[in-house]
Amino acid sequence: MNIQLKNICKSYEHKQVLENLSLTFASGQSYCITAPSGTGKTTLFRLLLDLEKPDSGSIQYSEPPRFGVVFQEDRLCKDLDAVSNVMLVSEKSLNREAVVKELNRLLPDDSLGQPVSQFSGGMKRKTAICRALLAESNVVIMDEPFTGLDEVSKHHAIDMIKEKTKNKIFIFSSHNPKDLKSLDAVHIELEFINNFIDSKHKKRP
Amino acid sequence: MKMFITSGSRKRKLLIFAFWLIIWQAASMVIHNSIVFVGPAEVLNSLWNLLPTQEFWLSIAYSFLKISLGFLSAFLIGILLGCISFRIPILRELLEPLILLCKAVPVASFVILALIVIGSKNLSILISFIIVLPVIFTNTLTGLENTDPKLLEMAQVFRMTPWKRMRYLYWPTLSNQLSSGCKVALGMSWKSGIAAEVIGVPAFSIGEKLYMAKIYLNTADLFAWTVVILLLSALFEWLFLRLFRKIR
Repeated sequence: MNIQLKNICKSYEHKQVLENLSLTFASGQSYCITAPSGTGKTTLFRLLLDLEKPDSGSIQYSEPPRFGVVFQEDRLCKDLDAVSNVMLVSEKSLNREAVVKELNRLLPDDSLGQPVSQFSGGMKRKTAICRALLAESNVVIMDEPFTGLDEVSKHHAIDMIKEKTKNKIFIFSSHNPKDLKSLDAVHIELEFINNFIDSKHKKRP
Repeated sequence: MKMFITSGSRKRKLLIFAFWLIIWQAASMVIHNSIVFVGPAEVLNSLWNLLPTQEFWLSIAYSFLKISLGFLSAFLIGILLGCISFRIPILRELLEPLILLCKAVPVASFVILALIVIGSKNLSILISFIIVLPVIFTNTLTGLENTDPKLLEMAQVFRMTPWKRMRYLYWPTLSNQLSSGCKVALGMSWKSGIAAEVIGVPAFSIGEKLYMAKIYLNTADLFAWTVVILLLSALFEWLFLRLFRKIR
């Protein structure tokens, strides 16, 4: 599938956040969005997720999108354990053992029964990443997914992301240029005045 | 260590309780007038005399059943109305003045109006219902409104089913809000229910017994029944909150 954004404009209280933004996203490719903070990165995600409408311009999906998302915040149900948090958004076909097995790739086994309110920031982030990857989706969007993760965790997370988003559209944002490389992503840079620069168009091997 | 502190503070509370009991007894001995004021010994004696009578237990049973019936139906209907009003804003706007009215009108006015319309027999059911309903309604709306909008966005994006949203996103905040609302409402239902019985004087009710105590200037009975009401209301509160926590 693909997503086409045409001439998107969006402003809040007279502050233009996105101006004439046109982009195309296609399945099987990762996209890394970088932008100085406060320049519409999160707004772009919210528009893609249909949580907000553009002032003008259009977003077209070639087929009905289903999203797996890591928001800027973790947005977990704090009283539930990691497994339940994942199962809450996944299809019935995904059973508990399968979820435990996947979560174990990022989280220690003995933590899975605890309510996530007792988790450290990094563990919460990993739970949110798993949730996004295990939900049924054709588009995966992650806003700064690696905040609070140490290098080893990040490495595992990247492996898992690569495996789970293979045939999907994967869009994420990051401050770290290394992430761009390790996820073989197309770099999309939103500028302060929001003309975008689409550089280094390379396909995944 | 922690156990020690708790048992220590419990002992302290017991001592404070005993202190006031002694003051109470001393005051009654000084006043020495069983119509104006009675001491704990007389209250206990009066209670002891009431215990073996059939009427005592029947009155307790009827009042308890009626008031708790009023409370429980207000609890359920309050939640239901709150949920529907949350979904349908126009209904909420329509109901809000009624709810405000229920809160503002003195209990006594309701009691007398209800007495004229439905008579005294089931008066306390209606009154505790009317008093509790606005509290539960308001708390339900507050609970639903306080649900984290960020989690609701998450649910929307992940296409969570309405049932899962209700159970895992709305219910935790709602039930929190409800359990604090219940603590207020439970006490109010008993106070208003008994007040209604005193005015309506239905046969076999605690209110009737209070009324009789007034007629015969039997202050010891009045105090004894008051103790009974306090115990019953505490028992009901304990039972209900326990049950509620189980459901959560």
